[in-house]
Amino acid sequence: MASALVNVPPKAKKGAVIEIRTLMSHIMEPGYRRTAAGDLVPRDIITSFSCRFNGEEIFRADLFPAIAANPFLSFFTVATESGKFEFEWIGDNGFVANASATITVEA
Amino acid sequence: MFDTSHLSRRQMLQFAGGAAVYGALPIITARPAEATPAMLASAIRDLVGEATVKVGKVKLEIPPLVENGNTVPMTVSVDSPMTADDHVKSVHVFNEKNPQPNIGNFHLGPRAGRAKVTTRIRLADSQKVTAIAQLSDGSFWSGSVDVIVTLAACTEEVP
Repeated sequence: MASALVNVPPKAKKGAVIEIRTLMSHIMEPGYRRTAAGDLVPRDIITSFSCRFNGEEIFRADLFPAIAANPFLSFFTVATESGKFEFEWIGDNGFVANASATITVEA
Repeated sequence: MFDTSHLSRRQMLQFAGGAAVYGALPIITARPAEATPAMLASAIRDLVGEATVKVGKVKLEIPPLVENGNTVPMTVSVDSPMTADDHVKSVHVFNEKNPQPNIGNFHLGPRAGRAKVTTRIRLADSQKVTAIAQLSDGSFWSGSVDVIVTLAACTEEVP
């Protein structure tokens, strides 16, 4: 159901600054819209995103209704060693999604 | 209390429809919630406390003219060496006129290498967007940009 796209360079030189891009499919219903009948559509958003590298948190974002549907996030990190990036999205109504990507760091 | 200059045609129509149905109910119910500059100021005060926010270092990139407020590319970057001694701890993005003043908080660290975050946001109206960065020495820096939005997000009717 929930599908994530993560883009991490598969290889990098040690010490290089690399860009990580993530895309999560989610409606991000802001909770301020009304139906034609006038009923408020309840909020359903992703509230938190985090990225860990080999267990250590390297980036975290708190998201609000003002983030567009299918949240896209791009950020940077330094390639220090080979390892695994783990991504986690947490949202309303018990939404949890995970993804991971590995990187090989050359000296 | 009720500033008609902020009303879009759709809101006017909603108001007209609502008034027809509800008769003399307070018209304020027909109006979508909107953050006010006071809410923005209080959101910023919650973040920075008594510290002063200096203008500079923070660069916010949003197209100046946005056709669709539902998805607006936004890049925020901070001029910082990103070393253990001197780095950006977090970047907070605020707006003036969406229903809520917050857009996103991004927590970085010296491991980021570059203090730059890109995402896509929603804007409910033409307004000023402000980013505030907290550096590792505890200082706050801000950058703003004015955006004109032709199709508003957040409060439209669900089809």
